[in-house]
Amino acid sequence: MSTKQSRTAVLAWPALLLVALGFIVPVAIILVMSVTDPQPGTQNFEWLATNSTAHDIMWRTIYIAVLATLITAVLAYPFAYLMATSSTLVRSILMVVVLLPFWTSMMVRAFAWIIILQKNGLLNTVLGAFGIEPLTILGTNTAVLIGMCQILMPFMVLPMVSVMVGIDSRLPLAARIMGAPKWKAFLQVYFPLSLPGVFAGSLIVFILSLGFYVTPALLGSPRQQLIPNALFTQVLELLSWGKGGALAVATLVMVGAVFLLLFLVAKVMGIKIGKIGGGL
Amino acid sequence: MNKSRVTLWAACVFIGLWLIAPTLIVIPMSFNEQRSLAFPPKGFSLRWFENFFSDAQWLGGFLNSVQIALLTAVLATVLGTLAAYGLFKVKGIRESIGRNFLIIPMIIPSVIFGVGLYSLFLRLGLVGTLPGFLIAHTALAVPYVVVTVGSTLAAYNVSLERAAWVCGANKFRAFIGVTVPMLMPGILSGAFFAFITSFDEVVVSMFISSPYLQTLPVTMFAGMQREVDPTIAAAATLIMITTTAAAIGGILSQHLKRKRT
Repeated sequence: MSTKQSRTAVLAWPALLLVALGFIVPVAIILVMSVTDPQPGTQNFEWLATNSTAHDIMWRTIYIAVLATLITAVLAYPFAYLMATSSTLVRSILMVVVLLPFWTSMMVRAFAWIIILQKNGLLNTVLGAFGIEPLTILGTNTAVLIGMCQILMPFMVLPMVSVMVGIDSRLPLAARIMGAPKWKAFLQVYFPLSLPGVFAGSLIVFILSLGFYVTPALLGSPRQQLIPNALFTQVLELLSWGKGGALAVATLVMVGAVFLLLFLVAKVMGIKIGKIGGGL
Repeated sequence: MNKSRVTLWAACVFIGLWLIAPTLIVIPMSFNEQRSLAFPPKGFSLRWFENFFSDAQWLGGFLNSVQIALLTAVLATVLGTLAAYGLFKVKGIRESIGRNFLIIPMIIPSVIFGVGLYSLFLRLGLVGTLPGFLIAHTALAVPYVVVTVGSTLAAYNVSLERAAWVCGANKFRAFIGVTVPMLMPGILSGAFFAFITSFDEVVVSMFISSPYLQTLPVTMFAGMQREVDPTIAAAATLIMITTTAAAIGGILSQHLKRKRT
């Protein structure tokens, strides 16, 4: 059987080879450049550790990622709850509402937000009709967060739903029968049971938030750069591959740390990571 | 319906609108009569679509994107389906290592991949070439095919394939004649998602494109940083129609599966 198995396994080799040579190798190259460019040594990490602009960029990236995660979690929870507690038909419709934007171009969505949030855009036109002063949102972190959270929603909703549909609806009911008020039955029975989905979604959203380039570049300000944008500038404009590499290492260290956390949380709480990945 | 349920529905309608409605604004903007992106648009004209299809840069970008996305969809679907099937057959640790390895491109930020690929392609002379784009986009799209085909395989009844063997079909014929048709819903939706992944990709494409070979999102990104040009709105409308159609195709083909199994 084992020889038969390895013969079928050959079918996976072309894809594995493509990902290894076409993806892993390029990523490895930029990581290695962090210690070889412009000359071998740790100068790029010294820059990362001591330069105040680099510090600002890293802290800002983490800050935006934390905010994006919190906002997305708060908005996704009621949506996921509605999905999990509705009939199959309603659930499928809500699923399409979540998945359609998931497959709509990030560029188009950023462009749409520009039209809405710009000085003479839709938002200020509407506010003006009510006699409210125009707001400056485009070019701020607020605009970046509005655009990012909209893109990140599916990644939060899907893990939440996949946990929530597994919650036995008789449990909160039992609490009600035992005399618990509605809010208490929810808060002390349903909510704790749904937490694995909240954690899984939050960690995925946090990881993805660290890598956003298009949305901050188009909706944010060049003076408020995030790591991906700084990486782009370092390499393409300043030709400083080494510093770009150091920023890449910093990002991957954060992604790795959070991923480890996701893995541990999943293990402790008994969620299948594959299930979450499959939901996407 | 009780009161809290009504509140929940109201909140979710708002969230749903926030997810879907803002993007639709690009459609009226693309029919603007004036050279402005101010809201509301004035008048109705097709001049920005005319401009799009008569401008070598925009039309070229569009045709490049369609060509690259179609080829990527074919490559990623073939490689991804074979990989999903191969991994399905080897159970255990090797399967999970392979599967996790194949979804790495979904996790690592595309800027990091893009900048590394740019460095590699500069050395190999692949910047601004069709093979370069195909390598990059297929590597990004394969995970989606592996996931969709993998989830169809999980519900696949292996005894059907065995039956074909017993009836005298060789492995290859059984795979093509029995397994592939059974997996078609997953394969199809994987192909649609691979198409979108390539058609929408902008970050990696910006690194590996040249003035001679650019995809539509790259042209659009450059245009957005340069000037106010409603042709961008026309491009956005075209991208949205294309990807939404493909996404509906992808979601519907997955539903095909649920009905059959």
